Amino acid sequence: MEQFKDIMKGAMLIAKKELAGYFSTPIGYIVISVFLVIAGFLFFSTFFLYGQAELRAYFELLPLLFAFVIPAITMRLFSEERNTGSFEMLMTLPLSTVQVVTGKVIAATVFASIMVAPTLVYAVSVAFVGSLDVGPVIGGYLGAVLLAASYASIGVFASSMTKNQIVAFIIGFAICIVLSLITKFLYFISPKIVSLFEYISADYHFQNIARGVVDSRNIIYFTSVIVLSSMASIYQLEVRR
Amino acid sequence: MISVRNLVKHYGEVKAVNGISFTIRKGEITGLLGPNGAGKTTTLRILTGYLQPTSGIVSVDEFLVDENPIEIKKRIGYLPESAPLYPDMMVYDFLQFMADIRQIYDKEKIKDIAIQCGITEVMHKNINELSKGYKQRVGLAQAILHDPEILILDEPTNGLDPNQIVEIRDLIKELGKEKTVILSTHILQEVEATCNRVIIIDKGAIVADDSTSELKSASGKDIRINCIIGGVTFDAIQDALKNLQGIKLVQHIRDAGQLCHIQILTEASVDLRPAVFNCIKDNGWTLYEMTREYRSLEHVFRELTVGV
Ligand SMILES: Nc1ncnc2c1ncn2[C@@H]1O[C@H](COP(=O)(O)OP(=O)(O)OP(=O)(O)O)[C@@H](O)[C@H]1O
Ligand SMILES: [Mg+2]
Repeated sequence: MEQFKDIMKGAMLIAKKELAGYFSTPIGYIVISVFLVIAGFLFFSTFFLYGQAELRAYFELLPLLFAFVIPAITMRLFSEERNTGSFEMLMTLPLSTVQVVTGKVIAATVFASIMVAPTLVYAVSVAFVGSLDVGPVIGGYLGAVLLAASYASIGVFASSMTKNQIVAFIIGFAICIVLSLITKFLYFISPKIVSLFEYISADYHFQNIARGVVDSRNIIYFTSVIVLSSMASIYQLEVRR
Repeated sequence: MISVRNLVKHYGEVKAVNGISFTIRKGEITGLLGPNGAGKTTTLRILTGYLQPTSGIVSVDEFLVDENPIEIKKRIGYLPESAPLYPDMMVYDFLQFMADIRQIYDKEKIKDIAIQCGITEVMHKNINELSKGYKQRVGLAQAILHDPEILILDEPTNGLDPNQIVEIRDLIKELGKEKTVILSTHILQEVEATCNRVIIIDKGAIVADDSTSELKSASGKDIRINCIIGGVTFDAIQDALKNLQGIKLVQHIRDAGQLCHIQILTEASVDLRPAVFNCIKDNGWTLYEMTREYRSLEHVFRELTVGV
Protein backbone atom coordinates (compact mmCIF):
# COMPACT_ATOMS: atom_id res chain seq x y z
CA MET A 1 0.00 0.00 0.00
CA GLU A 2 2.78 2.37 0.98
CA GLN A 3 4.56 1.36 -2.19
CA PHE A 4 1.46 2.01 -4.27
CA LYS A 5 1.22 5.49 -2.80
CA ASP A 6 4.85 6.17 -3.74
CA ILE A 7 4.29 4.99 -7.29
CA MET A 8 1.18 7.13 -7.65
CA LYS A 9 2.96 10.16 -6.26
CA GLY A 10 5.52 10.06 -9.05
CA ALA A 11 2.89 9.20 -11.65
CA MET A 12 0.74 12.15 -10.60
CA LEU A 13 3.67 14.54 -11.07
CA ILE A 14 4.05 13.33 -14.65
CA ALA A 15 0.27 13.46 -15.15
CA LYS A 16 0.08 17.01 -13.85
CA LYS A 17 2.85 18.18 -16.13
CA GLU A 18 1.36 16.50 -19.20
CA LEU A 19 -2.11 17.83 -18.47
CA ALA A 20 -0.76 21.35 -18.15
CA GLY A 21 1.07 20.68 -21.41
CA TYR A 22 -2.23 20.00 -23.19
CA PHE A 23 -3.50 23.43 -22.32
CA SER A 24 -0.27 25.35 -22.86
CA THR A 25 -0.61 25.11 -26.63
CA PRO A 26 -3.68 25.58 -28.86
CA ILE A 27 -3.69 21.87 -29.77
CA GLY A 28 -5.61 20.86 -26.65
CA TYR A 29 -8.36 23.37 -27.30
CA ILE A 30 -8.54 22.44 -30.97
CA VAL A 31 -8.99 18.73 -30.18
CA ILE A 32 -11.71 19.50 -27.64
CA SER A 33 -13.52 21.78 -30.09
CA VAL A 34 -13.42 19.27 -32.91
CA PHE A 35 -14.73 16.56 -30.62
CA LEU A 36 -17.56 18.71 -29.30
CA VAL A 37 -18.62 19.79 -32.77
CA ILE A 38 -18.85 16.21 -33.98
CA ALA A 39 -20.49 14.95 -30.81
CA GLY A 40 -22.94 17.85 -30.94
CA PHE A 41 -23.76 17.05 -34.53
CA LEU A 42 -24.44 13.41 -33.65
CA PHE A 43 -26.67 14.40 -30.81
CA PHE A 44 -28.62 17.19 -32.44
CA SER A 45 -29.11 15.38 -35.73
CA THR A 46 -31.25 12.75 -33.99
CA PHE A 47 -32.78 15.47 -31.92
CA PHE A 48 -34.00 17.53 -34.87
CA LEU A 49 -34.30 14.90 -37.58
CA TYR A 50 -36.24 12.35 -35.62
CA GLY A 51 -37.55 14.58 -32.90
CA GLN A 52 -36.06 12.18 -30.39
CA ALA A 53 -34.39 13.47 -27.31
CA GLU A 54 -31.93 10.78 -26.45
CA LEU A 55 -28.23 10.07 -26.13
CA ARG A 56 -28.23 6.74 -27.91
CA ALA A 57 -26.83 7.85 -31.25
CA TYR A 58 -24.11 9.73 -29.45
CA PHE A 59 -23.04 6.78 -27.34
CA GLU A 60 -23.38 4.42 -30.29
CA LEU A 61 -20.75 6.31 -32.22
CA LEU A 62 -18.55 7.28 -29.31
CA PRO A 63 -16.12 4.33 -29.71
CA LEU A 64 -15.56 5.32 -33.32
CA LEU A 65 -15.07 8.94 -32.37
CA PHE A 66 -12.66 7.98 -29.60
CA ALA A 67 -10.70 5.70 -31.95
CA PHE A 68 -9.95 8.80 -33.94
CA VAL A 69 -9.58 11.49 -31.28
CA ILE A 70 -7.76 9.67 -28.49
CA PRO A 71 -4.73 8.55 -30.53
CA ALA A 72 -4.47 12.20 -31.55
CA ILE A 73 -4.36 13.13 -27.88
CA THR A 74 -1.74 10.54 -26.99
CA MET A 75 0.47 10.61 -30.08
CA ARG A 76 2.84 13.22 -28.71
CA LEU A 77 3.27 11.79 -25.23
CA PHE A 78 6.41 9.75 -25.93
CA SER A 79 7.10 10.47 -29.60
CA GLU A 80 7.69 14.14 -28.98
CA GLU A 81 10.05 13.39 -26.10
CA ARG A 82 12.01 10.96 -28.23
CA ASN A 83 12.13 13.50 -31.00
CA THR A 84 13.28 16.52 -28.99
CA GLY A 85 15.60 14.43 -26.81
CA SER A 86 13.87 15.31 -23.54
CA PHE A 87 13.26 11.58 -23.33
CA GLU A 88 16.84 11.21 -22.14
CA MET A 89 16.23 13.58 -19.26
CA LEU A 90 12.94 11.91 -18.40
CA MET A 91 14.56 8.50 -18.31
CA THR A 92 17.39 9.65 -16.07
CA LEU A 93 15.06 11.05 -13.43
CA PRO A 94 14.51 8.93 -10.35
CA LEU A 95 11.20 7.64 -11.67
CA SER A 96 10.35 4.12 -12.70
CA THR A 97 8.98 3.35 -16.16
CA VAL A 98 5.76 2.25 -14.42
CA GLN A 99 5.38 5.75 -12.98
CA VAL A 100 6.13 7.46 -16.27
CA VAL A 101 3.71 5.35 -18.30
CA THR A 102 0.96 5.50 -15.66
CA GLY A 103 1.34 9.26 -15.44
CA LYS A 104 0.98 9.72 -19.17
CA VAL A 105 -2.05 7.42 -19.38
CA ILE A 106 -3.70 9.29 -16.52
CA ALA A 107 -3.03 12.64 -18.19
CA ALA A 108 -4.59 11.51 -21.48
CA THR A 109 -7.58 9.97 -19.68
CA VAL A 110 -8.23 13.07 -17.63
CA PHE A 111 -7.89 15.22 -20.74
CA ALA A 112 -10.38 12.99 -22.59
CA SER A 113 -12.76 13.23 -19.63
CA ILE A 114 -12.50 17.02 -19.67
CA MET A 115 -13.23 16.84 -23.37
CA VAL A 116 -16.33 14.70 -22.86
CA ALA A 117 -17.68 16.52 -19.80
CA PRO A 118 -19.39 19.38 -21.71
CA THR A 119 -21.61 16.81 -23.47
CA LEU A 120 -23.40 16.37 -20.14
CA VAL A 121 -25.25 19.44 -21.32
CA TYR A 122 -26.94 17.19 -23.88
CA ALA A 123 -28.10 14.90 -21.12
CA VAL A 124 -29.50 17.89 -19.26
CA SER A 125 -31.28 19.15 -22.37
CA VAL A 126 -32.79 15.72 -22.90
CA ALA A 127 -34.03 15.82 -19.32
CA PHE A 128 -35.75 19.13 -20.04
CA VAL A 129 -37.40 18.04 -23.27
CA GLY A 130 -38.39 14.50 -22.58
CA SER A 131 -37.88 11.92 -19.94
CA LEU A 132 -34.32 11.01 -19.09
CA ASP A 133 -33.43 7.50 -18.12
CA VAL A 134 -30.68 8.09 -15.58
CA GLY A 135 -29.19 4.57 -15.65
CA PRO A 136 -27.89 4.64 -19.24
CA VAL A 137 -26.53 8.15 -18.76
CA ILE A 138 -24.49 7.16 -15.74
CA GLY A 139 -23.45 3.94 -17.50
CA GLY A 140 -22.64 5.82 -20.68
CA TYR A 141 -20.35 8.27 -18.97
CA LEU A 142 -18.71 5.63 -16.79
CA GLY A 143 -18.18 3.55 -19.93
CA ALA A 144 -16.83 6.61 -21.75
CA VAL A 145 -14.16 7.10 -19.09
CA LEU A 146 -13.18 3.40 -19.17
CA LEU A 147 -13.10 3.44 -22.94
CA ALA A 148 -11.04 6.63 -22.93
CA ALA A 149 -8.56 5.12 -20.48
CA SER A 150 -8.27 1.97 -22.61
CA TYR A 151 -7.70 3.84 -25.85
CA ALA A 152 -5.34 6.21 -24.07
CA SER A 153 -3.23 3.24 -22.92
CA ILE A 154 -3.17 1.92 -26.46
CA GLY A 155 -2.28 5.36 -27.81
CA VAL A 156 0.50 5.76 -25.27
CA PHE A 157 1.87 2.40 -26.31
CA ALA A 158 1.82 3.48 -29.96
CA SER A 159 3.61 6.67 -28.98
CA SER A 160 6.26 4.76 -27.05
CA MET A 161 7.24 2.90 -30.21
CA THR A 162 8.28 5.75 -32.46
CA LYS A 163 9.63 9.26 -32.50
CA ASN A 164 7.26 10.15 -35.31
CA GLN A 165 3.92 11.46 -34.02
CA ILE A 166 2.09 10.72 -37.25
CA VAL A 167 3.21 7.11 -37.16
CA ALA A 168 2.18 6.92 -33.50
CA PHE A 169 -1.26 8.25 -34.43
CA ILE A 170 -1.69 5.75 -37.25
CA ILE A 171 -0.69 2.79 -35.10
CA GLY A 172 -2.96 3.89 -32.26
CA PHE A 173 -5.83 4.60 -34.62
CA ALA A 174 -5.44 1.23 -36.35
CA ILE A 175 -5.68 -0.71 -33.09
CA CYS A 176 -8.54 1.36 -31.68
CA ILE A 177 -10.58 1.27 -34.87
CA VAL A 178 -10.37 -2.52 -34.94
CA LEU A 179 -11.52 -2.71 -31.32
CA SER A 180 -14.35 -0.31 -32.15
CA LEU A 181 -15.61 -1.94 -35.32
CA ILE A 182 -14.88 -5.63 -34.94
CA THR A 183 -18.44 -6.51 -33.88
CA LYS A 184 -19.83 -4.70 -36.92
CA PHE A 185 -18.49 -7.46 -39.09
CA LEU A 186 -20.04 -10.25 -37.09
CA TYR A 187 -22.64 -10.98 -39.77
CA PHE A 188 -19.92 -12.48 -41.90
CA ILE A 189 -18.58 -14.70 -39.21
CA SER A 190 -19.70 -18.09 -38.09
CA PRO A 191 -21.75 -17.85 -34.88
CA LYS A 192 -19.31 -20.07 -33.06
CA ILE A 193 -16.60 -17.48 -32.82
CA VAL A 194 -18.91 -14.51 -32.45
CA SER A 195 -18.59 -14.53 -28.71
CA LEU A 196 -14.83 -14.50 -28.98
CA PHE A 197 -14.99 -11.46 -31.23
CA GLU A 198 -17.47 -9.88 -28.90
CA TYR A 199 -15.12 -10.44 -26.06
CA ILE A 200 -12.24 -8.60 -27.70
CA SER A 201 -14.45 -5.79 -28.99
CA ALA A 202 -14.26 -2.59 -26.98
CA ASP A 203 -17.48 -1.46 -28.61
CA TYR A 204 -19.38 -4.48 -27.33
CA HIS A 205 -18.28 -3.92 -23.74
CA PHE A 206 -18.89 -0.22 -23.95
CA GLN A 207 -22.40 -0.63 -25.35
CA ASN A 208 -23.19 -3.04 -22.52
CA ILE A 209 -22.20 -0.53 -19.90
CA ALA A 210 -23.92 2.29 -21.81
CA ARG A 211 -27.19 0.40 -21.57
CA GLY A 212 -26.90 0.85 -17.86
CA VAL A 213 -25.94 -2.72 -17.04
CA VAL A 214 -22.53 -2.82 -15.49
CA ASP A 215 -21.23 -6.34 -15.60
CA SER A 216 -17.93 -7.33 -14.00
CA ARG A 217 -16.88 -8.87 -17.32
CA ASN A 218 -16.98 -5.45 -18.95
CA ILE A 219 -14.94 -3.91 -16.17
CA ILE A 220 -12.43 -6.76 -16.36
CA TYR A 221 -12.14 -6.26 -20.11
CA PHE A 222 -11.27 -2.58 -19.87
CA THR A 223 -8.92 -3.15 -16.96
CA SER A 224 -7.12 -5.84 -18.97
CA VAL A 225 -6.72 -3.56 -21.98
CA ILE A 226 -5.30 -0.80 -19.79
CA VAL A 227 -2.91 -3.10 -17.94
CA LEU A 228 -1.71 -4.98 -21.04
CA SER A 229 -1.15 -1.86 -23.11
CA SER A 230 0.67 -0.15 -20.27
CA MET A 231 2.87 -3.20 -19.83
CA ALA A 232 3.64 -3.12 -23.53
CA SER A 233 4.65 0.55 -23.21
CA ILE A 234 6.84 -0.21 -20.22
CA TYR A 235 8.46 -3.00 -22.20
CA GLN A 236 9.14 -0.58 -25.05
CA LEU A 237 10.84 1.87 -22.69
CA GLU A 238 12.88 -0.79 -20.92
CA VAL A 239 14.04 -2.69 -23.95
CA ARG A 240 14.75 0.02 -26.46
CA ARG A 241 17.72 1.65 -24.80
CA MET B 1 32.67 6.07 -6.03
CA ILE B 2 31.93 5.16 -9.61
CA SER B 3 33.32 1.99 -11.05
CA VAL B 4 33.16 0.96 -14.68
CA ARG B 5 34.39 -2.47 -15.75
CA ASN B 6 34.89 -3.60 -19.34
CA LEU B 7 32.11 -1.48 -20.69
CA VAL B 8 31.04 -2.34 -24.23
CA LYS B 9 28.27 -0.76 -26.25
CA HIS B 10 27.48 -1.66 -29.82
CA TYR B 11 24.80 0.01 -31.90
CA GLY B 12 24.24 -2.72 -34.42
CA GLU B 13 27.50 -2.78 -36.32
CA VAL B 14 28.90 0.37 -34.76
CA LYS B 15 31.19 -0.32 -31.83
CA ALA B 16 30.72 2.92 -29.93
CA VAL B 17 32.41 1.80 -26.72
CA ASN B 18 34.88 -1.02 -26.72
CA GLY B 19 35.90 -2.25 -23.30
CA ILE B 20 36.35 0.82 -21.12
CA SER B 21 37.31 0.49 -17.46
CA PHE B 22 37.91 3.19 -14.90
CA THR B 23 37.24 4.07 -11.30
CA ILE B 24 36.38 7.52 -10.12
CA ARG B 25 36.92 8.41 -6.52
CA LYS B 26 34.86 10.87 -4.57
CA GLY B 27 35.77 14.51 -5.00
CA GLU B 28 37.52 14.22 -8.34
CA ILE B 29 36.74 16.33 -11.36
CA THR B 30 37.36 14.06 -14.28
CA GLY B 31 37.42 15.20 -17.86
CA LEU B 32 36.40 12.77 -20.56
CA LEU B 33 38.25 13.97 -23.59
CA GLY B 34 38.10 12.67 -27.12
CA PRO B 35 37.43 13.56 -30.74
CA ASN B 36 33.92 13.50 -32.24
CA GLY B 37 32.39 10.06 -32.19
CA ALA B 38 34.89 8.75 -29.64
CA GLY B 39 32.16 7.40 -27.42
CA LYS B 40 32.01 10.03 -24.68
CA THR B 41 28.26 10.59 -24.80
CA THR B 42 27.62 6.87 -25.06
CA THR B 43 29.74 6.23 -21.95
CA LEU B 44 27.98 8.95 -19.97
CA ARG B 45 24.56 7.71 -21.07
CA ILE B 46 25.39 4.28 -19.73
CA LEU B 47 26.61 5.75 -16.43
CA THR B 48 23.28 7.54 -15.97
CA GLY B 49 21.31 4.40 -16.77
CA TYR B 50 19.78 5.86 -19.93
CA LEU B 51 21.44 3.31 -22.18
CA GLN B 52 21.92 -0.33 -21.46
CA PRO B 53 25.45 -1.55 -22.14
CA THR B 54 26.03 -4.49 -24.45
CA SER B 55 28.22 -5.85 -21.68
CA GLY B 56 30.16 -4.62 -18.70
CA ILE B 57 29.44 -3.52 -15.18
CA VAL B 58 28.74 -0.04 -13.89
CA SER B 59 28.32 0.65 -10.21
CA VAL B 60 27.86 3.73 -8.08
CA ASP B 61 28.70 3.31 -4.41
CA GLU B 62 27.24 -0.08 -3.58
CA PHE B 63 24.58 -0.03 -6.30
CA LEU B 64 24.69 -1.62 -9.72
CA VAL B 65 23.16 0.46 -12.51
CA ASP B 66 21.06 -2.37 -13.89
CA GLU B 67 19.83 -3.55 -10.49
CA ASN B 68 19.13 -0.32 -8.69
CA PRO B 69 18.70 2.37 -11.32
CA ILE B 70 16.45 4.56 -9.18
CA GLU B 71 18.90 4.74 -6.27
CA ILE B 72 21.65 5.73 -8.67
CA LYS B 73 19.52 8.28 -10.48
CA LYS B 74 18.77 9.96 -7.16
CA ARG B 75 22.49 10.46 -6.59
CA ILE B 76 23.26 11.78 -10.04
CA GLY B 77 22.71 15.18 -11.57
CA TYR B 78 22.91 14.90 -15.34
CA LEU B 79 23.23 17.47 -18.06
CA PRO B 80 22.71 15.63 -21.35
CA GLU B 81 24.46 16.75 -24.51
CA SER B 82 22.82 19.89 -25.96
CA ALA B 83 20.52 20.09 -22.92
CA PRO B 84 17.22 18.77 -24.21
CA LEU B 85 14.52 20.37 -22.05
CA TYR B 86 10.77 20.71 -22.37
CA PRO B 87 10.42 23.45 -24.98
CA ASP B 88 6.82 24.37 -24.14
CA MET B 89 7.44 24.85 -20.44
CA MET B 90 8.29 28.03 -18.65
CA VAL B 91 11.74 27.91 -17.03
CA TYR B 92 10.28 28.32 -13.57
CA ASP B 93 7.64 25.63 -14.08
CA PHE B 94 10.26 23.32 -15.48
CA LEU B 95 12.52 23.72 -12.46
CA GLN B 96 9.53 23.37 -10.16
CA PHE B 97 8.63 20.12 -11.93
CA MET B 98 12.17 18.83 -11.50
CA ALA B 99 12.15 19.89 -7.85
CA ASP B 100 8.88 18.01 -7.27
CA ILE B 101 10.30 14.86 -8.78
CA ARG B 102 13.49 15.22 -6.75
CA GLN B 103 11.29 15.80 -3.71
CA ILE B 104 12.72 19.19 -2.91
CA TYR B 105 10.15 21.26 -1.09
CA ASP B 106 12.36 24.21 -0.16
CA LYS B 107 11.04 27.13 -2.22
CA GLU B 108 14.28 29.07 -1.78
CA LYS B 109 16.25 26.33 -3.47
CA ILE B 110 15.06 27.18 -6.98
CA LYS B 111 15.84 30.86 -6.41
CA ASP B 112 19.34 30.07 -5.18
CA ILE B 113 20.06 27.83 -8.10
CA ALA B 114 18.70 30.43 -10.53
CA ILE B 115 21.12 32.98 -9.13
CA GLN B 116 23.98 30.51 -9.20
CA CYS B 117 23.37 29.68 -12.86
CA GLY B 118 22.54 33.23 -13.89
CA ILE B 119 19.03 32.57 -15.13
CA THR B 120 16.98 34.84 -12.87
CA GLU B 121 15.96 37.09 -15.77
CA VAL B 122 14.60 34.24 -17.88
CA MET B 123 12.62 32.41 -15.20
CA HIS B 124 9.30 33.45 -16.73
CA LYS B 125 10.19 32.81 -20.33
CA ASN B 126 9.28 29.74 -22.28
CA ILE B 127 12.21 27.42 -22.80
CA ASN B 128 11.83 27.48 -26.59
CA GLU B 129 12.39 31.25 -26.51
CA LEU B 130 15.77 30.93 -24.83
CA SER B 131 19.11 31.23 -26.57
CA LYS B 132 21.31 28.15 -26.69
CA GLY B 133 23.51 29.39 -23.87
CA TYR B 134 20.56 30.06 -21.58
CA LYS B 135 19.13 26.65 -22.33
CA GLN B 136 22.47 25.20 -21.35
CA ARG B 137 22.33 27.11 -18.08
CA VAL B 138 18.82 25.92 -17.32
CA GLY B 139 20.04 22.39 -18.03
CA LEU B 140 22.84 22.90 -15.57
CA ALA B 141 20.44 24.34 -12.99
CA GLN B 142 18.29 21.25 -13.33
CA ALA B 143 21.34 19.04 -12.85
CA ILE B 144 22.48 20.63 -9.59
CA LEU B 145 19.02 21.31 -8.15
CA HIS B 146 19.06 18.37 -5.76
CA ASP B 147 22.65 18.75 -4.60
CA PRO B 148 23.68 15.45 -6.16
CA GLU B 149 26.78 13.63 -5.00
CA ILE B 150 27.67 12.97 -8.60
CA LEU B 151 27.47 15.41 -11.47
CA ILE B 152 27.64 14.15 -15.01
CA LEU B 153 27.95 16.92 -17.57
CA ASP B 154 28.09 16.25 -21.29
CA GLU B 155 29.82 19.26 -22.86
CA PRO B 156 28.70 21.69 -20.17
CA THR B 157 30.07 24.88 -21.72
CA ASN B 158 28.80 24.13 -25.20
CA GLY B 159 27.21 27.27 -26.63
CA LEU B 160 28.12 29.60 -23.81
CA ASP B 161 29.73 33.00 -24.27
CA PRO B 162 33.30 33.50 -22.99
CA ASN B 163 32.22 35.22 -19.76
CA GLN B 164 29.74 32.52 -19.02
CA ILE B 165 32.29 29.83 -19.79
CA VAL B 166 34.55 31.24 -17.11
CA GLU B 167 31.66 31.47 -14.66
CA ILE B 168 30.46 27.95 -15.33
CA ARG B 169 33.97 26.54 -15.05
CA ASP B 170 34.37 28.29 -11.71
CA LEU B 171 31.02 26.90 -10.66
CA ILE B 172 32.08 23.40 -11.68
CA LYS B 173 35.34 23.77 -9.76
CA GLU B 174 33.43 25.00 -6.74
CA LEU B 175 31.00 22.10 -6.97
CA GLY B 176 33.90 19.73 -7.48
CA LYS B 177 35.17 20.46 -3.98
CA GLU B 178 32.38 18.39 -2.48
CA LYS B 179 31.06 16.38 -5.39
CA THR B 180 32.31 13.93 -7.90
CA VAL B 181 32.18 15.49 -11.33
CA ILE B 182 32.56 13.85 -14.72
CA LEU B 183 32.45 16.11 -17.72
CA SER B 184 33.01 15.48 -21.37
CA THR B 185 34.47 17.99 -23.75
CA HIS B 186 36.62 18.48 -26.82
CA ILE B 187 38.01 21.68 -25.42
CA LEU B 188 41.46 21.06 -24.03
CA GLN B 189 41.65 24.32 -22.12
CA GLU B 190 38.50 23.27 -20.36
CA VAL B 191 40.18 20.17 -19.04
CA GLU B 192 43.30 22.11 -18.10
CA ALA B 193 41.23 24.75 -16.36
CA THR B 194 38.82 22.56 -14.45
CA CYS B 195 39.79 18.92 -14.20
CA ASN B 196 42.26 17.19 -11.96
CA ARG B 197 42.07 14.04 -13.99
CA VAL B 198 41.78 13.34 -17.70
CA ILE B 199 40.57 10.23 -19.44
CA ILE B 200 41.25 10.45 -23.13
CA ILE B 201 39.17 8.12 -25.25
CA ASP B 202 39.40 7.44 -28.93
CA LYS B 203 37.35 5.05 -31.03
CA GLY B 204 35.67 3.66 -27.95
CA ALA B 205 38.81 2.84 -26.00
CA ILE B 206 40.82 4.62 -23.33
CA VAL B 207 44.16 5.87 -24.65
CA ALA B 208 45.24 7.79 -21.58
CA ASP B 209 44.09 8.08 -18.00
CA ASP B 210 46.11 10.26 -15.69
CA SER B 211 46.12 13.42 -13.64
CA THR B 212 46.13 16.54 -15.78
CA SER B 213 49.57 17.70 -14.63
CA GLU B 214 51.09 14.25 -14.97
CA LEU B 215 49.86 13.90 -18.50
CA LYS B 216 51.34 17.21 -19.54
CA SER B 217 54.74 16.67 -18.01
CA ALA B 218 55.07 13.14 -19.31
CA SER B 219 58.71 12.95 -20.35
CA GLY B 220 60.35 11.23 -23.27
CA LYS B 221 59.42 13.90 -25.75
CA ASP B 222 61.47 16.79 -27.05
CA ILE B 223 61.32 20.26 -25.65
CA ARG B 224 61.30 23.16 -28.07
CA ILE B 225 62.90 26.54 -27.60
CA ASN B 226 61.86 29.31 -29.94
CA CYS B 227 64.26 32.23 -30.48
CA ILE B 228 64.21 35.40 -32.52
CA ILE B 229 67.73 36.67 -33.08
CA GLY B 230 68.92 39.79 -34.85
CA GLY B 231 72.08 40.62 -36.83
CA VAL B 232 72.98 37.16 -38.05
CA THR B 233 72.10 34.55 -40.67
CA PHE B 234 70.59 31.20 -39.90
CA ASP B 235 73.67 29.30 -41.05
CA ALA B 236 75.88 31.16 -38.58
CA ILE B 237 73.49 30.46 -35.74
CA GLN B 238 73.28 26.82 -36.66
CA ASP B 239 77.08 26.51 -36.68
CA ALA B 240 77.40 28.16 -33.29
CA LEU B 241 74.65 26.15 -31.61
CA LYS B 242 75.71 22.81 -33.03
CA ASN B 243 78.49 22.55 -30.49
CA LEU B 244 76.20 22.79 -27.47
CA GLN B 245 75.54 19.60 -25.53
CA GLY B 246 71.98 18.29 -25.66
CA ILE B 247 70.81 19.99 -28.82
CA LYS B 248 69.18 17.67 -31.27
CA LEU B 249 68.16 19.95 -34.06
CA VAL B 250 68.09 23.61 -35.01
CA GLN B 251 65.31 24.55 -37.39
CA HIS B 252 64.86 27.69 -39.43
CA ILE B 253 61.34 28.97 -39.05
CA ARG B 254 61.51 32.24 -41.05
CA ASP B 255 63.38 35.45 -41.64
CA ALA B 256 61.60 38.67 -40.87
CA GLY B 257 63.72 41.58 -42.08
CA GLN B 258 66.86 41.58 -40.00
CA LEU B 259 65.43 39.02 -37.62
CA CYS B 260 65.87 35.31 -37.81
CA HIS B 261 63.31 33.06 -36.18
CA ILE B 262 64.57 29.61 -35.16
CA GLN B 263 63.37 26.64 -33.21
CA ILE B 264 65.70 24.42 -31.19
CA LEU B 265 64.78 20.87 -30.28
CA THR B 266 66.50 19.67 -27.13
CA GLU B 267 66.34 16.64 -24.96
CA ALA B 268 63.72 16.83 -22.27
CA SER B 269 66.14 16.22 -19.40
CA VAL B 270 68.10 19.49 -19.71
CA ASP B 271 67.12 23.10 -19.77
CA LEU B 272 69.34 24.66 -22.43
CA ARG B 273 68.00 28.18 -22.23
CA PRO B 274 71.02 29.60 -20.32
CA ALA B 275 73.46 27.93 -22.69
CA VAL B 276 71.64 29.22 -25.75
CA PHE B 277 71.48 32.70 -24.28
CA ASN B 278 75.21 32.74 -23.51
CA CYS B 279 76.08 31.51 -26.96
CA ILE B 280 74.09 34.34 -28.55
CA LYS B 281 75.60 36.91 -26.23
CA ASP B 282 79.16 35.68 -26.76
CA ASN B 283 78.74 36.00 -30.53
CA GLY B 284 77.51 39.56 -30.16
CA TRP B 285 74.08 38.92 -31.65
CA THR B 286 70.91 40.43 -30.29
CA LEU B 287 68.28 38.25 -28.70
CA TYR B 288 64.80 39.62 -29.31
CA GLU B 289 62.77 36.77 -27.91
CA MET B 290 63.24 33.36 -26.33
CA THR B 291 60.39 31.09 -25.25
CA ARG B 292 60.22 27.50 -24.16
CA GLU B 293 57.28 25.54 -25.50
CA TYR B 294 55.67 23.44 -22.87
CA ARG B 295 54.12 20.23 -23.92
CA SER B 296 50.47 21.19 -23.94
CA LEU B 297 47.56 18.90 -23.51
CA GLU B 298 46.89 19.65 -27.13
CA HIS B 299 50.12 17.93 -28.10
CA VAL B 300 49.31 14.96 -25.93
CA PHE B 301 45.83 14.77 -27.37
CA ARG B 302 47.02 14.87 -30.95
CA GLU B 303 49.74 12.33 -30.29
CA LEU B 304 47.29 9.92 -28.77
CA THR B 305 44.40 10.33 -31.14
CA VAL B 306 46.02 11.01 -34.50
CA GLY B 307 49.59 10.00 -33.79
CA VAL B 308 51.46 13.23 -34.64
N1 LIG C 1 21.73 5.94 -31.31
C1 LIG C 1 22.80 5.59 -32.04
N2 LIG C 1 22.67 4.70 -33.03
C2 LIG C 1 23.73 4.32 -33.77
N3 LIG C 1 24.98 4.77 -33.60
C3 LIG C 1 25.19 5.67 -32.63
C4 LIG C 1 24.11 6.13 -31.80
N4 LIG C 1 24.60 7.02 -30.92
C5 LIG C 1 25.92 7.11 -31.17
N5 LIG C 1 26.29 6.30 -32.20
C6 LIG C 1 27.66 6.13 -32.73
O1 LIG C 1 28.50 5.77 -31.66
C7 LIG C 1 29.75 6.41 -31.78
C8 LIG C 1 30.05 7.18 -30.51
O2 LIG C 1 29.14 8.25 -30.39
P1 LIG C 1 29.13 9.25 -29.16
O3 LIG C 1 27.92 10.11 -29.33
O4 LIG C 1 29.26 8.48 -27.91
O5 LIG C 1 30.44 10.10 -29.42
P2 LIG C 1 30.99 11.39 -28.66
O6 LIG C 1 32.33 11.05 -28.18
O7 LIG C 1 30.01 11.86 -27.67
O8 LIG C 1 31.09 12.42 -29.86
P3 LIG C 1 30.86 14.01 -29.87
O9 LIG C 1 32.13 14.61 -29.42
O10 LIG C 1 30.61 14.30 -31.32
O11 LIG C 1 29.69 14.34 -29.00
C9 LIG C 1 29.67 7.27 -33.03
O12 LIG C 1 30.30 6.56 -34.06
C10 LIG C 1 28.21 7.42 -33.29
O13 LIG C 1 27.96 7.54 -34.65
MG1 LIG D 1 28.95 13.58 -27.39
